[in-house]
Amino acid sequence: MKYTTIIGLEIHLQISTRTKAFCSCENGFGKEPNTSVCPVCLGMPGSLPVLNRQYLYRAVKTALALNCEVARRMKFDRKNYFYPDLPKNYQISQYDMPLSQNGFLEIMTTGGIKKIGITRAHMEEDAGKLIHDEGGSSSFIDLNRAGTPLLEIVSEPDISSPDEAYTYLKTLKSVLEYLDVSDCNMEEGSLRCDANISLMPAGEKGLGTKVELKNMNSFKAIRQGLEYEQDRQAKILSSGGVIVQQTRLWNEKKKITELMRTKEEAHDYRYFPDPDLNDFIIERDTVLMLKKSLPEMPRAKMNRFVKEYNLSEYDACLLTSDRRMADFMEESVKLYPKPKVIANWLTGGVQAYLNEHNCRFSQIAINAGMFVDMIRLIDSKLISNNMAKDVLEEMISSGVPAKDIVKKKGFLQITDKTAIESIAADVLQSNPKVKEDYLSGKKNALGFLIGQIMKKSQGKADPVMAGQALKKLLEAGHEGV
Amino acid sequence: MNNFCKLSAHELADPTAENKIKAADIASSVISRYDEVDSRVSGFVNFDKGAVTDRAARLDNLDESCRQGFSLPNVPVVLKDNICVKGELTTCASKILQGFKPPYDATVVSRLKSAGVLLLGKSNMDEFAFGSSCETSCYGPTKNPYDLERIPGGSSGGAAALIASDQAILALGSDTGGSIRQPAALCGVVGLKPTYGRVSRYGLIAFGSSLDQIGPITKDVRDCAMLLSVIAGYDKLDSTSADVPVPDYTKSLMGAVKGMRIGLPKEYFIQGLDKGVKAKIDEAISVYKGLGADIRQISLPHTEYAVSCYYIIGCSEASSNMARFDGMQYGYRYQEANKKYALIDMCMRTRGEAFGLEAKRRIILGTYSLSSGYYDAYYLKACKVRALIKADFDKAFNECDMILTPTTPTTAFKIGEKIEDPLAMYLSDIFTIPSNLAGIPAISLPCGYDERGLPIGMQLMARHFEEEKLLRAAYSYEQNAGWKKVKPVL
Repeated sequence: MKYTTIIGLEIHLQISTRTKAFCSCENGFGKEPNTSVCPVCLGMPGSLPVLNRQYLYRAVKTALALNCEVARRMKFDRKNYFYPDLPKNYQISQYDMPLSQNGFLEIMTTGGIKKIGITRAHMEEDAGKLIHDEGGSSSFIDLNRAGTPLLEIVSEPDISSPDEAYTYLKTLKSVLEYLDVSDCNMEEGSLRCDANISLMPAGEKGLGTKVELKNMNSFKAIRQGLEYEQDRQAKILSSGGVIVQQTRLWNEKKKITELMRTKEEAHDYRYFPDPDLNDFIIERDTVLMLKKSLPEMPRAKMNRFVKEYNLSEYDACLLTSDRRMADFMEESVKLYPKPKVIANWLTGGVQAYLNEHNCRFSQIAINAGMFVDMIRLIDSKLISNNMAKDVLEEMISSGVPAKDIVKKKGFLQITDKTAIESIAADVLQSNPKVKEDYLSGKKNALGFLIGQIMKKSQGKADPVMAGQALKKLLEAGHEGV
Repeated sequence: MNNFCKLSAHELADPTAENKIKAADIASSVISRYDEVDSRVSGFVNFDKGAVTDRAARLDNLDESCRQGFSLPNVPVVLKDNICVKGELTTCASKILQGFKPPYDATVVSRLKSAGVLLLGKSNMDEFAFGSSCETSCYGPTKNPYDLERIPGGSSGGAAALIASDQAILALGSDTGGSIRQPAALCGVVGLKPTYGRVSRYGLIAFGSSLDQIGPITKDVRDCAMLLSVIAGYDKLDSTSADVPVPDYTKSLMGAVKGMRIGLPKEYFIQGLDKGVKAKIDEAISVYKGLGADIRQISLPHTEYAVSCYYIIGCSEASSNMARFDGMQYGYRYQEANKKYALIDMCMRTRGEAFGLEAKRRIILGTYSLSSGYYDAYYLKACKVRALIKADFDKAFNECDMILTPTTPTTAFKIGEKIEDPLAMYLSDIFTIPSNLAGIPAISLPCGYDERGLPIGMQLMARHFEEEKLLRAAYSYEQNAGWKKVKPVL
C-alpha cells in the first residue's frame, strides 16, 4: 500500500534583541545562570510586563518576509500551565489575535518551486531552562532564558516528505539570516522545531491521525525523525493498525521516536487576554517603514544572479543561500567583473573549504580584495589552478594575501618557454623508455612526461606549456630519426 | 506624649508652619499610639518599630536642600500589605508569602519616598484582597475602631482602621471591587478609587489585573487630594497606566457645585438598603440641593448583573495571577515532599496548606470559568456584560456630571456574621463594584452615623479622569455638611 505523507512544522525562533520581550534585562546566551534576570522576567509578585518595541519591529519584519498579513490590532493572551521553569506559571503568548497570518514560503524541490503556506507567526515569551543533575536527585533552574522574545512560525500541512521539511527549514533559515533577526543557532536553542506528521492512503482525501514530534536538535535530526516516524506509521497502517494521536520524542542516541504523552493528557491552557497588556494597534506607517527596510530576499537575489551574472540556477542558489557569501560575490564582481570565474571559485574551492572545516562563510577571514587578487594571479597565469587551491586554503586559514603566500613558497608559475623546454629536454633524456613508448604510438605516455616536468619544477611549470614543449621536442626528434 | 497622628497631612506638612515637626518625634508618637491601641484594633501587620525609628532618623539627617522638594515631609503613611516595598515584608496577609521581601519598590512607594513621607509599615487586609470584611487574613481579623466586635470592612480594612484610630495619617489601599471605599465607609474615613490607569499598578500584587487600582485612604478630602497628586501619573513600567497629565488636585477643591448635575441611580436605592444608611444619604442629598446642585433620577439598568460579572472576571484573572505562588521561587514551601512525586507533591501541598479558604474558593471558581467548554458561558459572557455596564455609565454621564449613591448597603456587621455565607458577603460590595468594571473613579466619604454610632459612607462617581470633580464635590460637602465628627473611643 502506498501512503501520502503530510507534514506541518512549528518553529520557535528566538528573536535577537538587545533586551528581553517584556523587561529591560539583557537578552543573550551563555551568561552565568540567573544573572540576566529581574522582577518582571522572574514573574515576581507585583511585577508587570511592558512590550519591547525592537521585538515587535523584528517580528513584523519576519512576518513580512514570510509574506504574511500583519494584523492592525493584536493582543497578548495568557497560556496557563504549571511548570517549574515557567516563573508565572503562565506564558504570555498570542491566541486568537496574533501578529500575523496567511503567509507562504517558496522552496526549491526536485519537482520545481513549491509554495509552503504559513498559517501564522505569533509572538510569545520563552520559559527558563531546567538542568537535571544526572545520577543525582537535584534539578536546577536557570531563568536567564525566561522572557526571551520568540516568534512561533506555524506552517500549513503542505510539506509532503522529510526531504521537503529539510529544504523548508534550510530556506527559512536562510531568509531569517538575510533579515538578521535571529542567529538561528539550533545548539543554543535559538531555533527549535516541532513537527506534525500524518499518513494517508495514496489518493484519499482528508488528514490522517497526526503525531507530534518534539526534541529534534538539528536539521539532520528533523529529517531522520520524520523518516523514522513515516516508516513507523506506514508499518502500522499496512498491518491494519490504527495511529494513536500522541506526542513523541526523538531519541538522538537510539535514532527512534518514543512516546511522550497521548491526547488524553493534553493540557487545558485556559487562554484569556492578558489584562496587564493592552491591545496593540500596529500603525500602517510602521509596517510600511519596516517593509521598505527589508533586504533583498534570497529568492530574488538568486533570480538576479542568474540574469545579471549569467549563472546556472544551481550555482546562484548555492551562492545566495548564505547572505554573507552572496554579498561577497557581489563585492568581488565589482572589483573584478568576471562573475562566472568568481562564482566557480566560491562554489568550488571556498565551498570545499567550508565543508571540510565544517564552518560558515561568516566565520572565515577573507575579504573580496584578497580573493580577487588571487583570481587575477591565476588569470595572468602567474599561478596554476592546482597551486591556486593550496594558496586559497592557506589564504583562508591564515588571512595572508595570495601574493605573499606565493612569494614565500616560491610558488610563481614558470611561463618562460626556454626554461620549460630545457626541463623537457632533461626529462626526455632521463626517460628514454617512455620516449620510445610515445614515439611508438602510446600517446598517453605524454601525461607521465608532463608529470615529470611538474615534479622537477616543483609544480611551478605551466602544464599546458610543458605539454607543448614536450610535443615540440618529441616531434623534432622523430623527424630526425 | 503628643499624638501627631491626630493631625491631618495638610496640617502636619503645612509649608507655612514655622517649626517643622521632626520625623523622630512623629515616629515615637506613632509607636506609642500603636502600643496604646493596636492590640485591640489589630490594624498593623509587620510593624517594625526599629525600622520606623531608623527611617525617621534618616529623614531628619537629610540636608534642608533635599527637603525643599518634599510635598509630604515626615507624614506617616501606612501601606496595604499587597504593595511591595524593597526589603520589607510584603505578604498579602497570606501564609504562602511568608517571609517574602520584594527586591524592588512599587512605583507608588518610590513616589512616596520622593515626597519625603515616613513609611510606617503594612496594614492588615483580606488574604490577597479576597474579602469584604478583613477576616480572611492569615494574621487574624482587624476590628472596627467604632465597635471592636465588628469588622472594619475589606479588603483594605487594616488601612481604614489605622486612619480611623489615629495610628497613621495617610494610607494606601487597593480597590478591585470596593476594597478602598467599603472599609473607608465602615470606618468613617475618606477613600478614593482613582480611574483605572491613573495610578501605576507596578508593585501591587495583583488580584484582578483589569480591575485593581491603588488609591488613598485619608482622614479628610484635602489629604486625599494631596496624596493622589503624589501617586498619580504615567509609569513606563505599567503598560496599562495612562499617559494623561496630573493636575494639582488640592487646587481644584475650592470650586462650587452650583449647577452640577448629580444623578441618583434608581437601581441603588432598593430593598435591602439599611434605613439608617438611607436616611443619611437623603440628608447628604439635601446638603447638595442646598448648595445649588441639580439633583436628578437616572438609571443604570445592568446594575443587577454587576456582582456576578465581577466575580467571574475577578476570579478568572485571580486564578491566573495566583498561579505563580507555588513554593518554587519565594514564600512558604512545603518541605517534606514525597520523593517519587517530589515536585508535584511540593507544589500541591504548598498551595493546599498556605492558601486560605477564600483564596482557594476564588482560584477554583476562576479556573472553572476559564476552562475549555465553560469559557464562553462564563468568562466571555461576563466580558460582554461588563461592556453593557460601561455603556450604562456612558449614557448616564450624558444626563449628569456625577452619580451619588450609598457606599455600602449597611453599616459594619459583626465579625463572623457573614464569613460562612460567601454570597451574602459578596453583596457588601454591590454599590462599589460597577465603577471597577467601568474603570471610572469613585470616592467614599463619611456622611454621618447610624443609631449605633457606626459610620455611614456616601459614594460619588464621575467620568474617567474626573477625579478633580469628585474631590471638589466631596470637599464642598465636607465643608457644608454640618454634622459633627465623632472619634472612636479606644
